[in-house]
Amino acid sequence: MTLSTDVHPLAPIPCRIRRVARETHDTFSLELDAAPAPAFRPGQFAMLYSFGVGEVPISYSGDPARPGAVVHTTREVGPVTRALGRLKRGAAVGCRGPYGRPWPIDDARGRDVVLVAGGIGLAPLRPAVHAIAARRSEFGRAVLLYGARGPADVLFARDLERWRSAAGIDVSVTVDAGTPTWKGNVGVVTGLIPRAAFDPQRTVALLCGPEVMMRFAAEALRARGVPAARIWLSLERNMKCAVAWCGHCQLGATFVCKDGPVFPYDVAERLLAVREL
Amino acid sequence: METLERILSGHPFFDGLAPHHLDLIVGCASNVRFAAEEFVFHAGAEANEFYLIRAGRIALEIAPPGRMPLVLQTLGEGDILGWSWLVPPYHWVLDARAIEPTRAIALDGRCLRGKCEADHDLGYELLKRFALIMERGLQAARLQLLDVYGRG
Repeated sequence: MTLSTDVHPLAPIPCRIRRVARETHDTFSLELDAAPAPAFRPGQFAMLYSFGVGEVPISYSGDPARPGAVVHTTREVGPVTRALGRLKRGAAVGCRGPYGRPWPIDDARGRDVVLVAGGIGLAPLRPAVHAIAARRSEFGRAVLLYGARGPADVLFARDLERWRSAAGIDVSVTVDAGTPTWKGNVGVVTGLIPRAAFDPQRTVALLCGPEVMMRFAAEALRARGVPAARIWLSLERNMKCAVAWCGHCQLGATFVCKDGPVFPYDVAERLLAVREL
Repeated sequence: METLERILSGHPFFDGLAPHHLDLIVGCASNVRFAAEEFVFHAGAEANEFYLIRAGRIALEIAPPGRMPLVLQTLGEGDILGWSWLVPPYHWVLDARAIEPTRAIALDGRCLRGKCEADHDLGYELLKRFALIMERGLQAARLQLLDVYGRG
């Protein structure tokens, strides 16, 4: 295959780590010095390369309105993310991106917007919340429902408080397992959907989290009357090339890296129903 | 001032209930309040009520011997608390504790059980509604068991 571009699409660009933030015991954020800073849209991802270890897809988790502040948040679950988690300020990582289809935030203008996040799934939704908060008057009700495993696993606690108090976003947080000192909600995040204040007929919903959680959440939203075509999910698959060449992330004929990772539920539902996919 | 009848008829749980059945239920209803940290019921005690929470929050918890109580679920405005009144031997399985000042409507389970025995149509209507709540509770418990946010 002959490539006509000067830079190979799979070649990472070295970036220095400007800041490492430990979010929870197993989750961290990397703020990168990227020049030029990529103009990403909420919901898109980049491939981050830990030199000598490997490359993984990680969503942008920063504010899209702050160019120059390229932030990625991830959890230490495998060799690459563990290696990334050991890096210090000033270390280099390889970056390429942004990739993928973003959240359809513009389609939500004039409508209620409901964001349902589970666990680390709040990270890919965080740029969307920033964007909605920045253009708050363009939307109807804005609701963020967030579920975590336990109180110590709640991500971006300061953001959640700021969005609730200053950004006009109706934020509800719940944990699957409470502790004696936790005064908030206990129960699965889908349990918040029946009582959340939004108009199902004029709602766009954005879901991100473990696939099982998203399926339950999508069904709970549908039970409230939100049309499947206006429920959007961010799917996670084994992405390698991120440019729809290798097929590692294929769901049937669909490439999650290029056609997604954000899909409407009326498309995703059929794909998720097939066990072998 | 809102009457019990108006409050109950406006609640989704009683949606579609025939007026004469609603009248029978209202006859078993009363307003109750719980202070923060007050227990609504204790595990093992007789279960003779269920509650429609109007304001506040209730924690359903279990207290294993020698360990701190574990909160399994919290319920809030609009939620229905308690189904043990419907299932023999009519004993609570968990503790319910108000975690903030809470207002609710208590429905007398003994009174309702008698009315359901006398009027099976009413019994079926209530069972259908509680089956939905139990199903949601079961699905939520399954999802919690899956520990979907656990280590990958």
